[in-house]
Amino acid sequence: MPHDHHDHLSPSGHPYRVDDDHPLTYWQQMEIAVRELLIEKGVTTAAEIATQIDAMDARSPANGAAVVARAWIDPAFRADLLADGSAASQAMGFDVGPMKLIAVENTADIHNVIVCTLCSCYPRNLLGLPPDWYKSRAYRSRTVKEPRKVLAEFGVTLPDHMTVRVHDSTADMRYIVIPARPSGTEGWPAADLATLVTRDSMIGTGLAKLPDA
Amino acid sequence: MADTPDTFKGRRWHDMGGDAAGPVPTEQHDFHLWEKRVDALMILCSGKGHFTVDGLRRVLEDMGPDAFETMTYYERWIAAVNQNLIEAGVYTTAELGARMSDIAARGPTYGEASVG
Repeated sequence: MPHDHHDHLSPSGHPYRVDDDHPLTYWQQMEIAVRELLIEKGVTTAAEIATQIDAMDARSPANGAAVVARAWIDPAFRADLLADGSAASQAMGFDVGPMKLIAVENTADIHNVIVCTLCSCYPRNLLGLPPDWYKSRAYRSRTVKEPRKVLAEFGVTLPDHMTVRVHDSTADMRYIVIPARPSGTEGWPAADLATLVTRDSMIGTGLAKLPDA
Repeated sequence: MADTPDTFKGRRWHDMGGDAAGPVPTEQHDFHLWEKRVDALMILCSGKGHFTVDGLRRVLEDMGPDAFETMTYYERWIAAVNQNLIEAGVYTTAELGARMSDIAARGPTYGEASVG
C-alpha cells in the first residue's frame, strides 16, 4: 500500500484508517498475540481467518438490495420474507446464521427504522458491517425516544400522519427495513430496482432513491 | 451527588436507549486490517464453540462507560475476545503476556509486528 495516501479518500469515499506504518498500539499487540496463539493451539488457521475476512468484505448493502428488489416484484417472495426473513434470505443465498431476521415493510402510512440500543446488532449478512454512526451513543440513545428528530438529521422528514415504528435489535434478532418502492418504476427488472435501494433505506434512516435521482 | 452508581438508575451503562445525546455523528472510516481480524476471530471462535456472543457482551458491558469513550469499537472487542478465550482455557494469561512482549520487540509498527 502506498505511503502517501493520507490526504486521499478510499474508493468508498472515506478516509483511510491509520495504516500499518503508524505506531503499534497495545490493542493491536493483543490482536496479533491472540491470533498467533489461536493458530498455534490449532483453533484456527491463517487461511481460515483470511477466508472469513474475504467473506466479510464480500457482504455489502447490495445483498440486502437484491432481497428488497425481489420483494418488490415477487409477491410470493415478499410474503415469505415478511413471514420468515431468515429463511427467505437463505433461499436467495444469503445465510444469516442462527439469528432470527425480521423484515419490516414501509408503507404509505408506516415508516420503520432499526437501532440497537444495547450495542451494534445489525443485519450484517445482508448489509455488511454497520456504519460508525449506527454504533454511536447519539443514535443508540435518541432513536427510541425522538426518532423523527433523528431521521430529520438524516434528511428524512416524515408527514405527521405517518406512524414511525422503531425496532430495537438484539444479539439474536436482527431487523431489515423493506423501503417503499418508488413510483415510476413499474416494469423495472429486479437488477435495476436494486440500484435504488440504499443501505440507509434498509436501516430506515433513508428512503429508496427516486428513478430520476 | 455526582457519583450516583448506575444501579440506582435500574439499568447499566450500555443500556442507553432513551438517554439524551447530541447530534448523530456522520464521520465514517474504512476498517483497518487489524479490526477485520478481530471481527473474524470473534466469528470463528464463537462458531467453534469456545465462547458465545453472550460471553462477548458480558465483558463489553462490564467494561463500563469509560471504555466506551476511550477505546475504539474493535479495541473493546479484542479485549472481550481475549478475556473469553482465557476463561475458556484456550491459552493462559502468561502465554498472552509473553507473546505480547515478543510482538512489541519485533518492531514499532503493526506491519512489522504482525508477521502473519
